[in-house]
Amino acid sequence: MFRPLIVIKRIPNIDFMALHWFGFALSGMLGVASIVLFLVQGLNYGIDFSGGTIIEARTQGPADMAQMRATLDGLGLGEVQLQGFGAPNEVLLRLQRQPGDDKAQEAAVAKVKAKLGTSVEYRRTEVVGPTVGAELIRAGVIATVLALLAIAAYVWFRFEWQFGVGAMLSTLHDTVTTVGLFSLLQIEFNLTTLAAILTIAGYSINDTVVIYDRVRETMRKHRTMDFRTLINKALNETLSRTILTVSTVALAVLSLLIFGGEVLRGFSIAMLWGVVIGTYSSLFIAAPLLYYIRPKRSAPAREAAAEAEAKEAT
Amino acid sequence: MLYFQTWKVVLILAVCALGLLFSAMNLVPADSIARWPSFVPKKQVSLGLDLRGGSYLLYEVDMQAAEKDELENVVDGLRTALVAAKIGYTGLAVDGDHVALVLRDPGGANDVRDIVQKLDPNLAMTVSAAGAVSLAPSDAERTQRRSAAIEQSIEIVRRRIDETGTKEATIQRVGQDRILVELPGIDDPERVKALIGKTAKMTFQLVDVNASVEDARRGKLPPGDELFQSTENRTGMPDSYVVRRRVMVSGDTLTDAQPSFNNNVPVVSFKFDSIGGRRFADATRENVGKPFAIVLDNKVISAPVIKEPILGGSGIIEGSFSVQTASDLALLLRAGALPAPLTILEERTVGPDLGADSIHAGALASIVGIVLVVVFMVLFYGLFGLFADVALFFNLCIMLASLSLLGATLTLPGIAGIALTMGMAVDANVLIYERIREELRGGRSIISSLQAGFERAFGTILDSHVTTLVAGALMFWLGEGPIKGFAVTLSIGVLTSLFSAILVTRLQIVTWLRRTKPKFVPI
Repeated sequence: MFRPLIVIKRIPNIDFMALHWFGFALSGMLGVASIVLFLVQGLNYGIDFSGGTIIEARTQGPADMAQMRATLDGLGLGEVQLQGFGAPNEVLLRLQRQPGDDKAQEAAVAKVKAKLGTSVEYRRTEVVGPTVGAELIRAGVIATVLALLAIAAYVWFRFEWQFGVGAMLSTLHDTVTTVGLFSLLQIEFNLTTLAAILTIAGYSINDTVVIYDRVRETMRKHRTMDFRTLINKALNETLSRTILTVSTVALAVLSLLIFGGEVLRGFSIAMLWGVVIGTYSSLFIAAPLLYYIRPKRSAPAREAAAEAEAKEAT
Repeated sequence: MLYFQTWKVVLILAVCALGLLFSAMNLVPADSIARWPSFVPKKQVSLGLDLRGGSYLLYEVDMQAAEKDELENVVDGLRTALVAAKIGYTGLAVDGDHVALVLRDPGGANDVRDIVQKLDPNLAMTVSAAGAVSLAPSDAERTQRRSAAIEQSIEIVRRRIDETGTKEATIQRVGQDRILVELPGIDDPERVKALIGKTAKMTFQLVDVNASVEDARRGKLPPGDELFQSTENRTGMPDSYVVRRRVMVSGDTLTDAQPSFNNNVPVVSFKFDSIGGRRFADATRENVGKPFAIVLDNKVISAPVIKEPILGGSGIIEGSFSVQTASDLALLLRAGALPAPLTILEERTVGPDLGADSIHAGALASIVGIVLVVVFMVLFYGLFGLFADVALFFNLCIMLASLSLLGATLTLPGIAGIALTMGMAVDANVLIYERIREELRGGRSIISSLQAGFERAFGTILDSHVTTLVAGALMFWLGEGPIKGFAVTLSIGVLTSLFSAILVTRLQIVTWLRRTKPKFVPI
C-alpha cells in the first residue's frame, strides 16, 4: 500500500479578496487591450472564414521558396504567401480569396498546380469559396454567443441569477482575451481554433462552477460569516483541487502542443492559454464578483445568528 | 453508501468488459475482421478524411441556370406555336424569373392561354389590360422541380463516381440545394472532380453556314442562332461556330457510349434509343451535305459534314481526344447530364501521407498526455491515484467502444478531444479525493469520510460536466467536419468519465476496503 509522494498538508490561507482589485484591473486592461487589438489589428483569419486556398506541398529536394514565389507571382493571382511548414521540403502556399465567385477559387488552384508541375507532391489542398466562408463566420459567432448564454442559463438554473451573471462575465472575459491573444500573435484563426474557444468556455465554467458550488455550501454552513471571509475560505479550500486539475489538463494540452503536429498548433495554443486564463478568472474574477452582486442568503442574519447561538448552547 | 448490490457490480464489470472488447476490435486489421462470421459485431472506428486521406467536396446546384434554361425552352416553343397560330406579339424573351411578351391584340389572351396550357400545363400566366403577358412556373411547381433536380443531380453524380471505380464514396444532400461528396483515399482527386463538375449536356445542332463567326462576334447574331467555341485544336479548324439554336437530337436519348478507335485515333462511339435513333435518322436524311455540330456544355466538340443519312441509331464522335478524354466523355455520356450546373463551394483534400503523419502525431500526443496524467495521479494520490488510473483506462476503452458502436468518425481534432478528455476526466477523481481528504481532516472516520467524499463531490461533478456537454452539443450542432468529430469525442468522453470516475473508482475503493480493512486512508 503506497502513499502519495506529494501532499498539500494544510489548507492554505491566502487572502484572495485582497488581490481582487489587482485582478479586476488586470482583466479590465487585458479585456480592453483585446478589444482594441481585435478592432485595430483584426484576426489572421484562416481560409475557413476568409475564403481562399491553402496548398501544403512537398518538394523533392529542399524547397526553393524564392524561386517558387517568382514562378507563382507571374500567374496574376494576387499575393501568394509561402511559408515553411515543418520539414525543409514542405511549403504551405496561401492564395488570397480570388475576386469573383466560387468558381474562380478552383480555377486558381488548377493554375498553381499546373505551374508547379508534377514533381511536387500535394499533401493537402483546401479551397473555401466566399459563400461558405461567410456562413462559417455566422455559425461561429452564433455558437459562441449561444454557448455563453446556455452556460449562464444552466448556472442560473442550478444556483441563483447572481451566480449566472458572475459565471457569464468571467467566461466572457476568457473568450475575449483568447481572441485578443490570437490578434496579438496573429496566429491563424480557423474552425479548429473556434472549437478551442468553445472548449475553453466549457472548461472555464467548469472551474467556476466548482468554486461557486463551494461558496454556496459555505454560505449555507456559515450563515453569518462575513462575505469576504467566506469567499476566501471557499477559494482556499478548493485551491488544491484547482491546482491539480489545471495541471492534468495542462499536461494533456502541452503534449498536444509539442507532439500534435502543425495542424493542431493553433488549437493547442488556444487551449493552453484558455486553461491558464480560465483558472485565473475563476479565482480573481468570478469569485470576487459574487462579493459585489451578492447572492441572497437563505435566512436573515439575525435569525441565523440566533440559530448558531442556540446550536452552540446545546 | 459504500456498499454495492451484486447486480450493480455485475453491471459495472460488464460495461467495462464490453468496453474493453469493443475497443480492442479496433486493433484487428480490417481485412481479417471481414472474414469473421456475421453474428460477431465488427464495428470499428472509421477514420475521417483528414486521417485516411481523401477529398471532401461541397457543391451547390445552380438552380438559377437550370431555371433559365427551362424558360429559354418555353420561349422557343412559344415562338413556334404563336407563329403557327398567327398571333401577333413583340418582345418575347426571358426576363429574370419569368417569360415576358406583349400581345399585339390583348383580346387574343385566351388563345395564348390555350397554347401555353398545351406547351406546359404547369406554367401560370398573367395578362395585363395592355396585353403584357408574364409566364412562370408556380412556387409549388418551382419547389418541386428544384427538389427533383437535386435528387437527379445526386443520382448522376453517384453514377459518375461509381463508373470511375471509386469505392466507399458518400454522396448526400446538404441543406436546400447542396451536395456533399466525400471520397476517401483516391489517387487522382482532380480527375474525379473534373468528372463530377461537368454538366455533360450534349446536343446535336446544325451549323448555320450562312452566318459568319466574325459577324457574330461583333454582335450580329442571326435570330435563332448561337455562337459556340470549339474545343478542337487541329490546325485549319475554326475556333468557333455559329450554330442553330434548335436541337436536332439531345444526348439524353443516348443508351450507351464507349471509347473506341477509328483509324487509330481515339473516338467515342454512341448508341441512341429508338426515339433518338429515329430523330437522328430524320435529321441526317434532311440535311445531307450540311455540317452539324456536336455540342457539349456549350462547346463544339466537332462539326462533321453529314455524308449520308445515319439510320442505324449509332455513330461515332471524333474530336481532339486523347485515350483518357475519350473514355471520360464516354463515361459522362453513359451516366447522363446533370439537370443543372454544379458549382464547387468548398474543397478539402488530404493526401494519404499527410493523413498517416497526422495519425502518428495524434497518437503520440495522446499517449504522452495520458502517461503524464497517469504518473501525475500516482504522484499526488498514491494508491488512490492508481485507482483513478485504472478508471481512466476503462474510460478510454469505453470511449473508443462507444465511438465504434455509434459509427462515429475519428478526425484529428477528435484525437485532440480524446487527449483533452483524459486530462479532464481525472477532474472528477480529484474532486472526490480532495473532498475525502477534507472530511478526514475534519476528523471523520474512514468509512464516513469516503462516503461523504463521493456524495458531496457528486453534485459538483455533475454541474461541471453538464457545462462542458453544453459546449460540446453546440459545436456538434453548428460545426462541420472535423469540428463535429471533436465535439463527438469530447461529449462522449465527458459522459463516459462520469461513469468511470465515479462508479469504477468507487467499486475499486469498496473492494479495497473490504479486502484489507485499512486502519487509515493513504491519501
